[in-house]
Amino acid sequence: MFSYILRRLATGLVTLFGISVISFFIIQLVPGDPAQIQTSQIADAAVSERVYQQLREHYGLDKPIPVQYANWVGELVKGDLGSSFHDGRRVSAKIGEALWPTLSVALLSFMLTLIISTPIGIYSALRQGGGFDRLASTGLYMLYSVPNYVAGMLLILYLGVKWDLLPFRGMRSDGHDEMTTLGQMWDLAQHYVLITFCFTFGNLAYYSRFIRQNLLEVVRQDYIRTARAKGLGERSVVLKHAFTNSLIPLISLIGLTFPFVLSGSVILEYMFNWPGLGRLYFESVLQRDYPTIMALNFITALLVLGITFIADLTYGLVDPRISYEK
Amino acid sequence: MTVESGTNPAPVRSYWGITWRRFRTHRLGMIGLCVVAVLFLVAFLSPILANEQPILCRFDGGLYVPAVVDLIHQVPGTGLIIRKQRPYRLATFDFKREFDPERGDWALWTPVRYGPREIAAEPLAGPSSRHWLGTDQSGRDVLSRMVHGTVVSMKVGFLSMGIAVILGLVLGCIAGYAGGIADLVISRFIEVVMCFPPFFLILAVLAWFPPSIENVMIVIGLTRWVGIARFARGEILRIRETDYALAARSLGVRPVQLVLRHLLPNALAPVLVSVTFGIAVSILIEAGLSWLGFGVQPPDASWGTILRSGYENLFTAGHMIPPACVAIFLAVLSFNLVGDTLRDVIDPRLQAERG
Repeated sequence: MFSYILRRLATGLVTLFGISVISFFIIQLVPGDPAQIQTSQIADAAVSERVYQQLREHYGLDKPIPVQYANWVGELVKGDLGSSFHDGRRVSAKIGEALWPTLSVALLSFMLTLIISTPIGIYSALRQGGGFDRLASTGLYMLYSVPNYVAGMLLILYLGVKWDLLPFRGMRSDGHDEMTTLGQMWDLAQHYVLITFCFTFGNLAYYSRFIRQNLLEVVRQDYIRTARAKGLGERSVVLKHAFTNSLIPLISLIGLTFPFVLSGSVILEYMFNWPGLGRLYFESVLQRDYPTIMALNFITALLVLGITFIADLTYGLVDPRISYEK
Repeated sequence: MTVESGTNPAPVRSYWGITWRRFRTHRLGMIGLCVVAVLFLVAFLSPILANEQPILCRFDGGLYVPAVVDLIHQVPGTGLIIRKQRPYRLATFDFKREFDPERGDWALWTPVRYGPREIAAEPLAGPSSRHWLGTDQSGRDVLSRMVHGTVVSMKVGFLSMGIAVILGLVLGCIAGYAGGIADLVISRFIEVVMCFPPFFLILAVLAWFPPSIENVMIVIGLTRWVGIARFARGEILRIRETDYALAARSLGVRPVQLVLRHLLPNALAPVLVSVTFGIAVSILIEAGLSWLGFGVQPPDASWGTILRSGYENLFTAGHMIPPACVAIFLAVLSFNLVGDTLRDVIDPRLQAERG
């Protein structure tokens, strides 16, 4: 077990190193550095050139790329993600601000997905091939094929504009500060509805089908027959013996899909004017804000590696049959 | 359905023949395939479906087929051999203005009489009998732009996956067959690419290339190969150990030959499934990138840019949004249906489970 963890950590470090090198060089190769973008407004060519050189020096862009990379890693080891090239604020502060809006939607949508798809999956598996099974699988399949930003556009058009039912720009309404506490909460909740729905509906088909499939496999196992044979009620057999054992693959699915919740949010967050990580990333790319882009890439990679690692470890906790020794 | 008697030998069918026969029995898969075919046709025939120039016309005593020439020009390279005749070759020539029935001019128009870039009417007009889906912020016909947007989606879908397939198969085969250091390096590289959320990577690289449809295709291709490479590697690893691979090897077949003739064809089925889903994803990514302004550039039309125009004029011109949404949805759904059916059909275990 211990050697397994060590091995995983070592390969994880190598992967992280590769990711940081690749993203650093891709970003540096992008034409149009931040100094150039920031001086493009200056009309006087001579002044523009002088400010440009000063800015490059200020940001450390005049040094060779490997030196810049070494500096970046040096700061990172000290726990410093640097300052934004765009507005000079700490990158950690910018990311900290954007983290909660993204994470809260992700967690909310995740809980909703599990709450809705688990009963659908279980019921479909029990009545395999029945009316409900077919209806649910076709309906959810259609939903699954609706891209989330397409749904977002339609919801904004009809619920937001035509029928004027729900807000769709940002997290708060204009007069948010003047509202009562209760009013503020209601306002915030309303802003969450559309974007959370957009993140949720596509996963429903995937998760309910996944739960159904796993349950169907488990139900054929011998120990389920044993449970039935010893006279346990159907409810107990399904929920306690079958369902809990079908959870193992679900853990890995959760681990695999979570990072994509973050990446899928670029368009949706931009569309809903949501101040989250996806929009921050998009704006940083436009502004060539190298430190912010690097930090976001690095953190996402860290999350992906960390979550898959934790998911692999929890296998062992949930299923004692899995051994980590080679 | 006749049951073949025991004396007749069963007809020998190829693997893909069997697959196709099974595929045909799946109704949803066939519907998906039909929609894909229709989208393909619309994309290929777009010059004679929506064009500001007629299919066949008489102008000032001469007969012309300008839209048909546009259709032929869809095939790369034909522009050098077959050229439009004067005056159609002139960029400033406007047939609709020069059209004069009293001189004996007549025209057989395309079903949609407006070109995707032609400024045809008032901007942001709603649907009408002349413009079935209305016009956009520059007064261009939305239906015509939708038709020509199909070309973009199909091109991006197929060409980007083409790039991804070539890359993925080559690297996957090397990793799976050679093993050792090559496998280690490629597998680690795959893991690194997979750690970037795909959209982040695409955005970062596109900030580097100037946005255009070609670059979008290349970048999507360059980022979508990992899944295919993993499939190919896994399949090659499995097939390498089979008896027929051993037989071929002991007959002295050289490694490259062995991979290309014996291993790869048997690894293609799961790759094909993944490619079908990949096309749907590519179409989705292209529309998303165009929506964000990183894809197809104005004045060219794509479903994503049409959606964007609708978003920018939400309160005045919502009519652009539903058509683009329906088109993207249909394309994604039909490719998903084909992919799902293929997966069911190719994997005999699933077949048994269903039966």
